Amino acid sequence: MKKYSLNILLVVFAIGLLFAAHFRIIDSYIQIVFMTIGINIMMSTSLNLVNGNMGEFTCGHAAFMCIGAYISSILSVFCFGSKFGDPLLPAASVLIVFPIIVLIGGAVAAVSSLLVSVPSFKTRDDYLAIISIAVNYMIISAIENMDFIGGSRGFQGMKDTVWAMIDIFDGPWMLFWVINFTIFTVWVIRRFISSTYGKGVNAICQDEVAAEIMSVNTNKIKIINFMVAAGLAGCAGGLYSHIIGYVNPQSFNILKSTEALVMVYLGGMGSLSGAVISAIIFTGLLEVLRSQAIIDGLLSPVTMMFPDWEPSAGVIKWVMIPLLLVIVMQFRPEGIMGNRELGDVFPKLKKFYRFK
Amino acid sequence: MMAQSQVQTENAPVLEVNSLSQRFGGLTAVDNFNVKLMSGELTGLIGPNGAGKTTVFNLVSGFYQPTEGQILVDGKPTAGFKPHKVTSLGVARTFQNIRLWNDMTVFDNIRVAQHYWLGYGFFHSVIRSKRYKKREAKVAQEAQELLEVFDLQRFKEELPKNLPYGTQRKLEIARALSTHPKLLLLDEPAAGLNSHDVKDLIRLIRWIHEKFDVSIWMIEHHMDVVMELCSHIKVIDFGQTIAEGTPDEIRNHPAVITAYLGDDNI
Amino acid sequence: MDFIIQNVLNALQWGSFYALIALGYTLVYGVLRLINFAHGDIFMVGAYISFFLAGFLIGPLVGLSPVMAFIVIVPLTMVLTSLVGVTLERVAYRPLRRKGAHRLYVVITALMCGLILEYSNLAVLGASRLKFPELVEKQIWNIGGITLTNLKVMVIVAAILVFLFLQWVVTRTRVGMAMRAISYDKFAIPLMGIPVDNIIVVTFILGSGFAGLAGLLFAMSYPVLEPFMGMLIGWKAFIAAVVGGIGDIKGAFVGGFLLGFIEVGVVSVFPSTYRDLFAFTILLLILWMKPTGLFGMPQSTKI
Repeated sequence: MKKYSLNILLVVFAIGLLFAAHFRIIDSYIQIVFMTIGINIMMSTSLNLVNGNMGEFTCGHAAFMCIGAYISSILSVFCFGSKFGDPLLPAASVLIVFPIIVLIGGAVAAVSSLLVSVPSFKTRDDYLAIISIAVNYMIISAIENMDFIGGSRGFQGMKDTVWAMIDIFDGPWMLFWVINFTIFTVWVIRRFISSTYGKGVNAICQDEVAAEIMSVNTNKIKIINFMVAAGLAGCAGGLYSHIIGYVNPQSFNILKSTEALVMVYLGGMGSLSGAVISAIIFTGLLEVLRSQAIIDGLLSPVTMMFPDWEPSAGVIKWVMIPLLLVIVMQFRPEGIMGNRELGDVFPKLKKFYRFK
Repeated sequence: MMAQSQVQTENAPVLEVNSLSQRFGGLTAVDNFNVKLMSGELTGLIGPNGAGKTTVFNLVSGFYQPTEGQILVDGKPTAGFKPHKVTSLGVARTFQNIRLWNDMTVFDNIRVAQHYWLGYGFFHSVIRSKRYKKREAKVAQEAQELLEVFDLQRFKEELPKNLPYGTQRKLEIARALSTHPKLLLLDEPAAGLNSHDVKDLIRLIRWIHEKFDVSIWMIEHHMDVVMELCSHIKVIDFGQTIAEGTPDEIRNHPAVITAYLGDDNI
Repeated sequence: MDFIIQNVLNALQWGSFYALIALGYTLVYGVLRLINFAHGDIFMVGAYISFFLAGFLIGPLVGLSPVMAFIVIVPLTMVLTSLVGVTLERVAYRPLRRKGAHRLYVVITALMCGLILEYSNLAVLGASRLKFPELVEKQIWNIGGITLTNLKVMVIVAAILVFLFLQWVVTRTRVGMAMRAISYDKFAIPLMGIPVDNIIVVTFILGSGFAGLAGLLFAMSYPVLEPFMGMLIGWKAFIAAVVGGIGDIKGAFVGGFLLGFIEVGVVSVFPSTYRDLFAFTILLLILWMKPTGLFGMPQSTKI
């Protein structure tokens, strides 16, 4: 029972959510919020693999999301859309092909992570941070200069794929895929990082020299770790592009990378459950602070004094959240969870579940 | 118990170093260094501070690539090998300043050091295949045995940074042994230990030497440790070998005394 | 030929901006090993401060002549901007340092402070772009077909002077010696009786002050202000500092000019949309080949 409790809980939750979405108990806005949470969980847990577990400092995670988003969007339009001529594949195959498309996007993103992982053989820390920022900018401006996929105007047409799915069965398909991929992400990372093989990553973080001399092939582990992280971010990008139905290079700029960074450090470096929790909290905060009413309420003392001032929620949100984070950092300078997992913080929880 | 405990051909050189030199810019850290370590030997490498001892170890363990010269481990040249490759050939080492993975449990420290014969990769670890389970069980069993043999069982789930210094030293040696070495390089194992711990250490090293059937080569400043344990000692200064021989020969060697105590003429 | 010289001048001007900002990054990094990601936004704040000062000083209340106003604004902007920098250090970074937080948490805090500056500016002043008043009458010198404005010359001269000044401070003065000492070993320095916190404050004053100067000069050369003006230029200047070898004054200076030359060179040959692509690719290639930058010391691990 203990062995499966978490799995059962997850499945029940997922089915419940899907049912609620299908029968319109939760409206499409709430669905989008859940999907954003899922994508942010994918981003933060995958970045946590590099920045938390391996202790590197890369700040260009959105670049890989961007690659995944573009590759899977283009494939998806080729296969099911009408933008580049007739669809290559029959619409009926969409349910099998779609996850493959997303995974291919992830795979290409994984390969592109070599841009960062190869320099990481020789350098660490801040120099690697720069390399990753440069890669982020480079990829965005490369895509902006590719006119055949829309350049800086963005790229669309992926909704055809989603409609093809809805034609087969009218249900909340994207929510379904996001739930599946989110669970897949956490599952892959958890299994990788808890194996002796994956603990090589932690060994590199704590003492790279000792790791190399104690027979850990550090370069290989680094490449694999970067690839897993980038690949999962690429999958997140593929899903994101299909939810929105439109991608623009600027939606993967350094601000997006910053969001991922914030989620990792808010959760605590190297804590998988911390990354998940902080992704939920962070997305929740973003959504809550989007409401103009709440912002107006929060700022009412100030607006009373300056009646001319009409703050917009979209802007104030980005003052509040960083401010909140700075304050959180002052009180918990190691993030919400530190480097511990949920089971370590609440040992009693361990009685109820086992997570592999 | 250990894979290496099968009988090895006596008196085959486990390490052979021929005219090894290492230069950093204009500084010659190691100059024309030669050594031949027989299997089962317990040898010492001594010399004043900055003599190039640790550099020799760094070269042998593959951390530096030598400027000149050749290193053969078990008859195989290691030129161009990364340290993890050299380790998998059978050279393990400890460090002058303890370098344990401080935020991983003692058990994990010993398990991760068995990376070279893990025998499974990323996909096996994710799908938790049969091979994964078999290999993990094997690795865990080896680690468990080492912990028991080293009497570290009670610290299994502790973090190394919370252990006493002497225990950390012991753990580092245990971790080195978990890579199944033919040759164990100990870089100042007695550094920072008090005289009581030093006595324990001498016993420990002698016991390891017998139990694990491993050749040991150690750098040490505590002369009593070296003199008591080593059958053969090499002395280097400014990268050059100035003397070698049995402990008794070294004790009275004029060049050694000059190197350590300085020249009377100054 | 004229074309080339003209572009070299443009490159020198852009390089000067990058260099001025990169110097601030490198100073703080050299002492604290902290990437002060808010530095680009301090540059932005500097530009805004100078804007309001200019409006105030030229305006009916004070009514200075533009040139007089400029002379007053330069030191005033630097002082006020450095106050912003020091405030950030006091309020956000120092408490974290005291608590012994992981270095990267301080970096994230810096990143957040940058966002706060950007968006609070946007919230208070709105998205409308501000037009900077003309302080120094623009003079165009025409020397053999090459146009040269007094502003360009001013910017380049300012960058060189700041570089020489900082180089002097770091290598020749007691404060500079203390700065270098802290970057070597920040645990031993308090034991030597050096007031670490004061030195750090001085570092922030210098770095932010010159970012303020850069903001003022930038606002005068390109007189349109917007809240995100510091973001891209800040990131780029930071990359320039790293390419030069972060922590090294000379490296930041050279890196800034290098970036300026690369960008102007690209734009003069290719469409301007390729500017960032080429600039970042070239910088990436340099870092691939020399991972610690042009003047950086190779990282060595001792075992």
